[in-house]
Amino acid sequence: MAKRNAPEVNAGSMADIAFLLLIFFLVTTTIETDAGINSKLPPIEDQPEDPPPRKEKNIFIVLVNSNEELLVEDERMNLKDLRQAAIDFLDNGGQDCNYCQGRKDPASSDNPLKAVVSLQNDRETEYGAYIAVQNELVAAFNFLRNREANRLFGKSFVKMEQDFNDSEYRGSKDKLEEDIKTIRAMFPLNLSEAEPKERK
Amino acid sequence: MSKFRKKKSGDLPAISTASLPDIVFMLLFFFMVATTMRDTTLMVKNELPFADQIEKLEKKDLVMYVYAGQPSERYQRQFGKEARVQLNDKFADVSEIEEFIIAERESKREELQNLLTTSLKVDVKTNMGLVADIKYELRKAEAYRVNYTTKKGDASQNMK
Repeated sequence: MAKRNAPEVNAGSMADIAFLLLIFFLVTTTIETDAGINSKLPPIEDQPEDPPPRKEKNIFIVLVNSNEELLVEDERMNLKDLRQAAIDFLDNGGQDCNYCQGRKDPASSDNPLKAVVSLQNDRETEYGAYIAVQNELVAAFNFLRNREANRLFGKSFVKMEQDFNDSEYRGSKDKLEEDIKTIRAMFPLNLSEAEPKERK
Repeated sequence: MSKFRKKKSGDLPAISTASLPDIVFMLLFFFMVATTMRDTTLMVKNELPFADQIEKLEKKDLVMYVYAGQPSERYQRQFGKEARVQLNDKFADVSEIEEFIIAERESKREELQNLLTTSLKVDVKTNMGLVADIKYELRKAEAYRVNYTTKKGDASQNMK
């Protein structure tokens, strides 16, 4: 029997099939956003026992009202100035702080361990404004942490955290964890959020 | 009849479409890889705010999503224009969040239960009052790790 060649498969409709699939995936695709500002909520305490006394000067009050206006330490401020104001406050180093580089203003915070940033907002404040303010405050903390991390470990704090979460990081994770803890202890994220107020 | 005969010389040769499937497949593979199937249908307006101090959410299976915002246009007749919470596939009351979180937590393996993060996908225009209520519910459910999911960009764009 003569050897017969198999007939060639017609590939002309391949493009159509591929197009069909392509359109399906185009329509169903939503590029998910999966990044954001991490935060930790405080536990609920049944009885607000006497809060530890804090000096007025160690508290940095940021108020966002329902018209998206910023009131920082009883003065109006633009969003773009908030970051520097927060850095100045945290880094002031009035006493007991050998790594602060601020002005050592006695009217501002004692040291980063005692300093607390208090973020207050109204019920009518827009979420976007809140996130913008939160972002600036986190940026202030990150700036200071990066600075100290660069000084002590020659690497920015953000990079350290990235490495810590990276499964392919070569190097001692225990050491890295220790370092991250050190930096966190130097500038603890003392960000307090009051319940929004209803104001008339 | 010679009138109808095609002239051979002046014609452009036809463009070969043989590589078209290859191009289409290339696009197809890109979208297949980049696609993440949504497991919930959004029923609320969900335009996320911008921020630049963001961290990536690493483990997708350890994330619980809470959506909030104004109901989409086709649900407005039924549910009004007031911002609402969406859990999974349906609108929920704020008080249902605690139950939802506990149920989600139960469905995970025990050693992972305290690594769960709640991703808050809240529309820019939502009032903080609702967000504060959500946060209070999360605190009641002891889900303290939250992530305010945002788009990457300059935060001052939110203030407009």
